[in-house]
Amino acid sequence: MDFYGINPAVLIASLMVASVPIMLAAIGELVVEKAGVLNLGVEGMMIMGAICGFITAVHSGSPMLGFLGGAAGGAVLSVLFILLTQVFLANQVATGLALTLFGLGLSSLLGQGYNGIKPPATKPLPFGPLTDIPFFGRILFSHDAMVYISIAVIAAVWAMLKYTRAGLILRAVGESHDAAHALGYKVVRIRVLAILFGGAMAGLGGAYVSLVRVPQWTDGITAGAGWIALAIVVFASWKPWRVLIGAYLFGGITVLQLNLQASNSFPIKIPVEYLAMSPYLITILVLVIMSSGRGRASLNAPAALGQNFHASR
Amino acid sequence: MTGDVLLSIEGISKSYPGVKANDDVSFRIGAGEVHALLGENGAGKSTLVKMIYGLVKPDEGRMTLRGATYAPGEPREARSLGVAMVFQHFSLFDALNVAENVALGMDNPPPMRELAGRIREVSEGYGLPLDPSRLVGDLSAGERQRVEIVRCLLQDPKLLIMDEPTSVLTPQEVNILFGTLRQLAAEGTSILYISHKLEEIKALCDEATILRRGKVVGTCTPREKSAREMAEMMVGATLNAPERAAAEPGPVALTVSGLSVASPSAFGTSLRAIGFEVRQGEVLGIGGVAGNGQDELMLALSGEIRTAPDTVKLHGRGIGHLGPNERRKDGVCTAPEERLGHAAAPDMSLAENAFLSGSVRKHLTKNGFIDWTGTRAFAEDVVKTFDVRTPGIGTAARALSGGNLQKFVLGREIMQEPEVIVVNQPTWGVDAAAAAFIRQALLDRASAGAAVVVISQDIDEIMEIADRFAALNEGRLSEPVPTQGLTIDQIGLMLGGAHGMHEAEVHHAHS
Repeated sequence: MDFYGINPAVLIASLMVASVPIMLAAIGELVVEKAGVLNLGVEGMMIMGAICGFITAVHSGSPMLGFLGGAAGGAVLSVLFILLTQVFLANQVATGLALTLFGLGLSSLLGQGYNGIKPPATKPLPFGPLTDIPFFGRILFSHDAMVYISIAVIAAVWAMLKYTRAGLILRAVGESHDAAHALGYKVVRIRVLAILFGGAMAGLGGAYVSLVRVPQWTDGITAGAGWIALAIVVFASWKPWRVLIGAYLFGGITVLQLNLQASNSFPIKIPVEYLAMSPYLITILVLVIMSSGRGRASLNAPAALGQNFHASR
Repeated sequence: MTGDVLLSIEGISKSYPGVKANDDVSFRIGAGEVHALLGENGAGKSTLVKMIYGLVKPDEGRMTLRGATYAPGEPREARSLGVAMVFQHFSLFDALNVAENVALGMDNPPPMRELAGRIREVSEGYGLPLDPSRLVGDLSAGERQRVEIVRCLLQDPKLLIMDEPTSVLTPQEVNILFGTLRQLAAEGTSILYISHKLEEIKALCDEATILRRGKVVGTCTPREKSAREMAEMMVGATLNAPERAAAEPGPVALTVSGLSVASPSAFGTSLRAIGFEVRQGEVLGIGGVAGNGQDELMLALSGEIRTAPDTVKLHGRGIGHLGPNERRKDGVCTAPEERLGHAAAPDMSLAENAFLSGSVRKHLTKNGFIDWTGTRAFAEDVVKTFDVRTPGIGTAARALSGGNLQKFVLGREIMQEPEVIVVNQPTWGVDAAAAAFIRQALLDRASAGAAVVVISQDIDEIMEIADRFAALNEGRLSEPVPTQGLTIDQIGLMLGGAHGMHEAEVHHAHS
C-alpha cells in the first residue's frame, strides 16, 4: 500500500527518527524557559553535542558513550551561558546568539580530521518477533533506544512540572523571580540547574544527528535544527506533550519533503528548493501565527522569561 | 494582652554602601501583642523586618525569640520557628492557582488535595473565603492579600509580620482584615504591623516603635497619642495640612461623556460610559480599588488611547481623537501611576525626561533640534521648585528614590502650567513630607485656575484635597458628590463594598 512510491509505515517510522533531535533540544529548552531563562544558543549547544558525541563514539567505539559525550558537550557550552547571564547578568538574547556562533565555530575546529569517518552504528533495540507485526511493528518496535528515551524524557518533564514540588518551584521561579526570592528560594541555583539540563538535552539531540541521522561529521551538520526546536517550544505553548506533537509535525514535514524529492511518480512536480525550505517556512509561519495578537500562547509564556535576576532588594 | 516577651531585638545595625539602614535598633514584642512599626519611606522598616524574616543578615546586635537566640539564615528557618510574613508587594505568582501559591510558601506542604481542603477550612474560619483552584492572576487585590494571609496562617505562626497591608484595600476590607488580626492576637499570635497610616495604627495596635533614618526615635501607645503627634515624631518636624484659598469654581474646563474604552491589556478592565465634568479651579477625586479601570481612564484622558472626538472635551471642543502631544499643546497634562517606564524613561537623564513631556508647551525645540539650554533651564527649574533631591539634572531617572522622582514628574507637568491636569496615584509610595508637598502643589495649581483630576486609591488623600468625589468600580464611574460631609462608610459603599468578605466568625476551625 504505497502512495506514489511512499510507504506510510516507513514514513511514520522515519519521522519518529527524524524528530528525535529537535524533540530533545525542545524539551530541554522548555525546562530552561519555564525557569524564566531564554537561551537562544540551542543551535550552538546542539552542534557542540554533535561533534563531542561523534568524537567520543569514534574513539570509544560505543554509541552509548557517544550520546553521553554529546550531552556533556552541550552542558559544558551552557556553562558559558550560565557564567555570562547568571553571574555577570549579561543580556540573555545577545548571549544566546553569541553562544550559537561560538558553538558553530568551535565544533568546526574540533571536527577537523573527522570528516568522512563512519561512527559506530547504533543498533535498534531487539524486540524479537514484535518487530514483525505488520505495519505497527515497523512503527513501534524498530527503533534504537534514543527514540524511546526521548519520549520518556517528555513524559518525565511533564510529570515533574505537573506533580512534583521541584516542578512547582521551577515554574514559580520562571513566573516571578522576585516573589520566589522573597519566599526564600534560590533563584540563580534553580536556573543554573535548568540551563545545564537544557544544554545536556540539546547536546544529546545533536549527538543523535551526527551518530544516527546522518551519520557522519560535516561542518554545520545540525542545519538550523536548534532554531526549529526554539520555535517548537513556542508552538507547544510551553506544554511538554505538545512539544512531542510539534516535533513529530516538523519531523514529518522534513521526512515527507525528502520522500517527495525522491518520488518519481508524484503527480505535481515541485522544485526541490521549495521542498527543502518548507520546514523553515513553516517554522516562521507558526511563530508569526502564535505570536500575533493576544492569543493563548502569549498568555502561557512564563512571565519572567528573559529577565535577569539580581538579589539587590 | 501583653504577657511574656516573644521577640526582643537588641542593638541591631545594618549598613549598605553609603547608608546606615538600621542603627542600634532595639524593641520588644509581647505574646499576643499588635506592635506597630512606624516610619517614613527609607526609615529602615523594610530592612528591619527582612532581618527578622531571615532575608537579610544584621551586621551587629542580636535577636531573641522566646528566650532563645534567634538568627535565621534564611526565610525557611524563620518560618520553621513560627515567624511568617505578608509582603508589601505581593509575593504571589499570577499564573499559578491559589493552592499552588500557598504550597510555595510552606516548607512541607501536604498533598494538593488535602491542602485545598485546609485552605478552605482556615480561610472560612477567619472570614476570608478563598477558592483554592482559582488562578491568582484573576483575583482582586483584596483576595490576593487573603491568599498571603492564609498561607501564613496555615503554618500556625507565633509572629505575623504585615508590611503595609491596607494600601490596596477598600475601607470595608480593612475592617474585615482588622477583625481577623484582632482574632489572631486574642489567640496569642503576635503581630508586627508596618504602616504609615496613623488612624489604622490607632485603631489596631497596642504599642508602637517609631523609626527615623534607621534609628528608634520613640515608642508610644498609639491609643493615647493623636495622629498628628505620631506623624511629627515620624517626620521629626511640624507638618502642615494642605491649604488652599477658597475660590468659586470657574466655567467647565474638562467634559467627559459616554466614554467607553476596551482595555488594551488581557487582565484589564474596560471603561463603560464614563461621564463627568471638572470646572476651572476645582479638584475632582476619583477613588477606587486598583484594577477597576484607573489605568484605562488615565490612558483615555492622556490621549494614549484615542476615542471619538466628543467623548473628551476641553472648553467644549472635542479632543478625544487627539494624541498626547496635541493634548499637551491644548493644555492637558497628565502624570501616570507607573513612574519608571511610563511617566519617565528610567535610563534617561532628568533633563531628557523633562524634554520628553515639556517640549511642546515649553517650546524646547528650535528648527527641529533640541534646545538644550532651554531644556536644562526647565529641568533645573523643576528640580529647584519641587525640591527634588538629586546630584544634578544629568542623573538617570532610575537613580532617584520613588518620592523624589514623583516630585520631579509632578513638577514637570505642573510647571507646564496646564489648564487641565490629570494625575494617577500622585503620592503612592511617597513619604509623608513629600506627599504633603505634592498635594499642596496640586491645590496651588487648582487655585491658579486649572481643573485637576486626582485618581487615587488613598481615600484620605482624596478627602484632603478634592472638592468632589466619584468612585470607579468595574469600569463604571459613580455620580460625583461633594466631599464635604461625606463619611468613610458612604465612600466604602460607593467603592463597591467589601467584595464578598464577611466579618470573622467567632467559631472557627483553627485552634
